[in-house]
Amino acid sequence: MEYAPASGVLSGIWLLVAIPLASAAILLLLGKRADKWGHWLGVLAVAASFVLGLIFFISLADLEEGGRTAQQSLWDFIVVGNLHVDFGLLFDPLSGVFVLLITGVGSLIHIYAVGYMEHDPGRRRFFGYFNLFVAAMLLLVLGNNYVMLYFGWEGVGLASYLLISFWYTRPSAATAGKKAFLMNRVGDAGLAIGIFMLFAYLGTTQYDEVFNSVGGLSSTVTLILGILLLLGAAGKSGQFPLQAWLPDAMEGPTPVSALIHAATMVTAGVYLIARSNPIFSANQTLQVIVVSVGALTLLMGCIIGAAKDDIKRVLAWSTVSQIGYMFVGVGLGGGAYALAIIHLLAHGFFKANMFLGAGSVMHGMHDQVDIRRFGGLRKYMKWTWLTFATGWLAIIGIPPLSGYFSKEPIIAAAFERGDWTSWLFGLAALLGAGLTAFYMTRLFVLTFHGPERYTEDNKHPHESPYIMTVPLMILALGSIVAGGLMVWTDVPHWLEPVLGPEVEHEAVLSHSLITVLSLVVTVLGAGLAWAMFRNGTALEPQQAGVVVTAARRNLYTDAFNEAVFERPGIYLTRALVYLDNKGIDGLVNGIAAGVGGSSGRLRRLQTGFVRSYALSMLTGAVLVVGAFLAIQLGWLA
Amino acid sequence: MEDLKLPEIDYGALLPMLILFGVACVGIIVEVTTPRRLRNTVQLSLAALGVIAAFVAVIAQHSTRTITIGGAVAVDGPTLFLQGALLVLGLVSLMLIGDRSLERGGPFVSQAAITVGSQKDVKQAGDQPGLTEVYPLTVFALGGMLLFVAANDLLTMFVALEVFSLPLYLLCALARRRRLLSQEAALKYFLLGSYASAFFLFGVALIYGFAGGISLGQVHEAVSNPQQSQILLYGGLALLAIGLLFKAALAPFHVWTPDVYQGAPTPITALMAACTKVAAFGALLRILYVAFDGVRWDFQPVLGTVAVLTMLVGAVLAVTQTDMKRLLAYSSIANAGYLLVGVLALNEEGLSSTMFYLVAYGFTVLAAFGIVTLVRDADGEATHLSRWAGLGRKSPLFAAVFTFILLAFAGIPLTSGFTSKFAVFGAAVEGGQTWLVIVGVLTSMLLAFPYLRVVVLLWLSEPGESTPTVSIPGFLTSAALAIGVIATFALGVVPAPLIDLTRDASQFVR
Repeated sequence: MEYAPASGVLSGIWLLVAIPLASAAILLLLGKRADKWGHWLGVLAVAASFVLGLIFFISLADLEEGGRTAQQSLWDFIVVGNLHVDFGLLFDPLSGVFVLLITGVGSLIHIYAVGYMEHDPGRRRFFGYFNLFVAAMLLLVLGNNYVMLYFGWEGVGLASYLLISFWYTRPSAATAGKKAFLMNRVGDAGLAIGIFMLFAYLGTTQYDEVFNSVGGLSSTVTLILGILLLLGAAGKSGQFPLQAWLPDAMEGPTPVSALIHAATMVTAGVYLIARSNPIFSANQTLQVIVVSVGALTLLMGCIIGAAKDDIKRVLAWSTVSQIGYMFVGVGLGGGAYALAIIHLLAHGFFKANMFLGAGSVMHGMHDQVDIRRFGGLRKYMKWTWLTFATGWLAIIGIPPLSGYFSKEPIIAAAFERGDWTSWLFGLAALLGAGLTAFYMTRLFVLTFHGPERYTEDNKHPHESPYIMTVPLMILALGSIVAGGLMVWTDVPHWLEPVLGPEVEHEAVLSHSLITVLSLVVTVLGAGLAWAMFRNGTALEPQQAGVVVTAARRNLYTDAFNEAVFERPGIYLTRALVYLDNKGIDGLVNGIAAGVGGSSGRLRRLQTGFVRSYALSMLTGAVLVVGAFLAIQLGWLA
Repeated sequence: MEDLKLPEIDYGALLPMLILFGVACVGIIVEVTTPRRLRNTVQLSLAALGVIAAFVAVIAQHSTRTITIGGAVAVDGPTLFLQGALLVLGLVSLMLIGDRSLERGGPFVSQAAITVGSQKDVKQAGDQPGLTEVYPLTVFALGGMLLFVAANDLLTMFVALEVFSLPLYLLCALARRRRLLSQEAALKYFLLGSYASAFFLFGVALIYGFAGGISLGQVHEAVSNPQQSQILLYGGLALLAIGLLFKAALAPFHVWTPDVYQGAPTPITALMAACTKVAAFGALLRILYVAFDGVRWDFQPVLGTVAVLTMLVGAVLAVTQTDMKRLLAYSSIANAGYLLVGVLALNEEGLSSTMFYLVAYGFTVLAAFGIVTLVRDADGEATHLSRWAGLGRKSPLFAAVFTFILLAFAGIPLTSGFTSKFAVFGAAVEGGQTWLVIVGVLTSMLLAFPYLRVVVLLWLSEPGESTPTVSIPGFLTSAALAIGVIATFALGVVPAPLIDLTRDASQFVR
């Protein structure tokens, strides 16, 4: 594999990152002086990146097939010994589609946020962070080596942290920001060690060089390397066992949840695995691990999502679960890489659509988030209802909306592994589809249909202004057509140079049967939820069985983390503090006391008398001359 | 008897020294011919112009590589680099010496011989302008140092040693404040210096006996092809080394340093810490690299032991110092140890990194002593550490600058202290002297303590009743401080140009 240097129009790809970065710098450095127009600058920067991205994408498509890459090395980033890292960018089919998703959906969400954040005194700061996020995310997908990816990776982590705790005066927001940051550190540490391993074993972090030589690694090394990268991916994408931060991240403003914690940043893990496909494809065990993580997470997300009452948390757990599908896709390898990317892009549209819809509902309902206190909103918010409905139908996979074209192939691919694991992963994916239909229908029905169950202060729900509903309409359109469009334009073929060709597998069930089955479970799940919640539900959570209680408590994963990591961590810290105080400080203090003591004693030699100085010089002279003569005599003998 | 032939003289190569000695002589005439009112200005300008002219002459000679005046003087890369360094550092020292804004009449007393505390003394301290002979004396000292690093035979080296030492002895005795301490220091310096010179001279005699000549080239010949007893060689080398180790303040010949640094007027201490160090190490480099490199395996362990001892003594004793000037004196001793580590690398890297270290350290130490002159109370400089407590609260800018200087001494990155230590240690590892580097790093760690203690004292203590004020420096001291601090920062961030320069200059002629 070799990347062609960027030429012509494509030599401007650095602008994609530079424009939002410059805008972020202006917004954050100018301070209050930019309050009046800052948000429009933010929108403009992302929109400019989108237009540029579109131009670059078209020029890339114009290139000869097989040579559709543009690599640009801006300057030497790190040069130490054998380690040579370029500040380099790579624009290829994979990063191309990501750029379009990030800047396209990003632009819509930026526009929406102008309306959503209208009354917030920190709107300029918000747009500064938002632009910073876009710049970092673009760097993440545009880097041509793992260090660049890591650079962007940490950048989006920072922006995410800043935006989750945007309302930092709220203790819950501050805590959620911290939680996200800490759990991401675990994953980031894995990714960092993985990059160290790449350098240690291959002497490079450049994508092309790594992928060309990864075949020479022993399978154990590949396995460890892959697990470390997977740990990084799981941290960023909210996958088991690092999923707990993502739902809490909903403490941030809703546009943040839509852009960062649904459409783009959380899919960085999928990007990492897809980009590293030569590493993951090189080891069967590794692939099984990735699929297992994905399958487990997708079921967890569905089960917990079905028991939550907070509209944003349901959507968050749904995100966790949908990314689980993408992990199943990238774990299956071969042609399923492309399926995962398609699902990622489609998901970006319909999930952003629903998050913004949720934001619109909250906007009209005094920031109420409890779906038990909604109901019948269809009457008051026509556009929000209509657009949300497209998202809902898309995510549960009703043809011909986009979820059908993106999710159903992954379920089919899971059945095509060709051994007993086909049944395991296939049935998990199928069950997930049914559960998804159930909890999404529950959310939709409880919010927009049935009797009104509003709190006292919410007697007059209202529709949001056009600056918010127009982005919703565009995203709704995307939710309807994106999937079909991507199948029609043969995106898998477009991605083939990066992700490799499709490999045919023996299917345990025929494809059409799987299609029918998945439609049946979807309709069953949705119908069940409709029947249960058509007439509303209790205003407060009721006593429930073991499964529901467990789901309400996030399947005890938080408790597990606390018992297994937090408490031992605290004890370890205490033990280390003890060791530090008694052992290391003792040693250090001992040495210090020793030095101080000998210093005090030696000082007495400095008497201030010339005679004693002369004597010490004479002694020194005798010793030096003696030493020389001793060497000389020894040399003679 | 042979005809006495006048040796060929390359006046161009000697020009920097000739300028300085000429200017110093003119300075003496100026002293008696100029009205007292103008004397200080005229003398300072004359000295500064002389130093600048000499520097220009050095630049003009930058490609000269020659041995001239009958083999007595070698003008080569190291000579020119070190002469340039001496002149730049000397100019900055002159700024500190010439400052008259901090104290009426300046830091030098006009008639040091008057009994301290007598009626006459009070009078002269009150209304007379300070001593202006300090400028010719300083220029003489600088001229001697220039000759010292260029000397290509042992007698010239000895003469140069005396030429630059004698003015320094005098200068040490001239402090306006704490005069008895100053005079005591000068006397100690003089006695011990003469003692060390005697060792050096005796060493020259032994080497002459061994080699049948005193030029470094002849000694080199004799070392590689010995005709005489090796005892003469090793005895002579040891005694020569002792003379130079004394000037460079290496243990166990460092004992004079704290007392003299403390007693001397602070600008003179700065001059000694920066320039004497350059001169002493310049000569040491030349002797070891040019004359005695044939017995490098024999002197390396002995001088290595000296380096270890020096680093340990400097670092350990710095820990318990309570006086700022003595603390800096011990730090300068330890730094002499690090320099010797670089010298003992005995390769081209060692030569260039030592020269780099000398320049970097010179600027930093000038700035440090420049700052010491600013902290004053009614009795002059307040050098006791306890008096510095809480100065960061009263004068944050001053404290920030001093903190930066201390961090440079401690070898923190982004300062020249880091790059220069890195350079000498790197050279020493390459030269197979890893054991010296290990001791060097360990003692650097020890040394960080006294430096950081001062930082803590500056910033984290409450200022007390007796905390002195920080004087607003005049133009000259401000300029000297600015040069020192900027050089310390610049050499820490972009050391490459100067390192390249030292590499280009790292070839002795023999």
